[in-house]
Amino acid sequence: MTVAGTHFTRDETDNSIRPTPRSEFINGMKAVIPLIVGGIPFDVIFGVSAIEAGLSPAAVQGMSLFIFAGSAQFIGVGMMAAGAATGFIILTTFIVNLRHSLYAATLAPHVRGLSQRWLLPLGFMLTDESFVMAIGRYNQPDNSPYKHYYFLGANLAMYVTWQIFTFVGIVLGSSIPNIENWGLDFALPAAFIAMLVPQLTSRPMLLAAVVAGLVALAAHSLPNQMGLMVAALAGVIAGVIAERIWLPAETEETAS
Amino acid sequence: MNEVILIAGMALVTFAVRYPVLALLSRFQLPQVVTRTLKFVPPAVLAAVVLPEMLFNDAGQISLSYTNAGLIAGVIAALVAWRTKNLLATIVIGMGIFLAWRWLMSTAAL
Repeated sequence: MTVAGTHFTRDETDNSIRPTPRSEFINGMKAVIPLIVGGIPFDVIFGVSAIEAGLSPAAVQGMSLFIFAGSAQFIGVGMMAAGAATGFIILTTFIVNLRHSLYAATLAPHVRGLSQRWLLPLGFMLTDESFVMAIGRYNQPDNSPYKHYYFLGANLAMYVTWQIFTFVGIVLGSSIPNIENWGLDFALPAAFIAMLVPQLTSRPMLLAAVVAGLVALAAHSLPNQMGLMVAALAGVIAGVIAERIWLPAETEETAS
Repeated sequence: MNEVILIAGMALVTFAVRYPVLALLSRFQLPQVVTRTLKFVPPAVLAAVVLPEMLFNDAGQISLSYTNAGLIAGVIAALVAWRTKNLLATIVIGMGIFLAWRWLMSTAAL
């Protein structure tokens, strides 16, 4: 039977419903299926774009295996293609993934007491999707002692499918000759635009992007390692200043 | 070798952002000044990479003309992203327009 979307198995002896590690695990996997399906094209496009940008198949799969962060991987590939400095790419990866710290902080009270054998993989595979599902399960009022199996199921399902479809993308990217003829060389810029626009939620943010873009154009003749960094720096400075001037209420320290 | 260092570095910072907080910190808060500044980094970096890609044509010069498929497709993709906030739709439409426009421009030149 299912209660609030969670599968409980009936325990014959005392006639009560009780979740098991296995049922929690399976429910966790099931919960992320819609998110996985929606993400498949994105995964494949990542594989294709990364190959197209010149990375080796091993490097592309390695990114998915060891980094396991979609937007950071996309941005990393784009920055590599633009010739950005290694340190700068790593720094940007760190910043882009900082939101995962908030997810981890939110989940930390719920996983307290678990062994490192659990915490290491759970931490390693944490993403937006598995966070949403896991915190949803933990917030349900029942006292199942096996909710970490749900969390693990969600994590593993996301991880394995991400690997599979990255691989599909790698194969496609490597085997289709003249990929430019398919317009796939625009996949990376298109993905960047798709990620950029929703982030422009305020005028300072918009300004930061505009300034960064314009400076990038002007600095294009610089050796690429400089141009990108200078442009990003200019954008950030412009944004911070603009926020101070245009939205002073937001820049006041709030009591926390 | 450079690839390996880069990927290892990216993997390390990503893991560092997830695991230690999960295992050790249940209260994670960055100073407000830091978050207020850092939030501008992703849009700045994205824009700094995307705009040159859209506007520089194959000859290495900025092209603002309608013949630049990257420009046309980029603008339309931005509109789609703005209206739908849908990642997949933006990518697919952007790629489609790019392909179609580039083909169109190549036939017109003949």
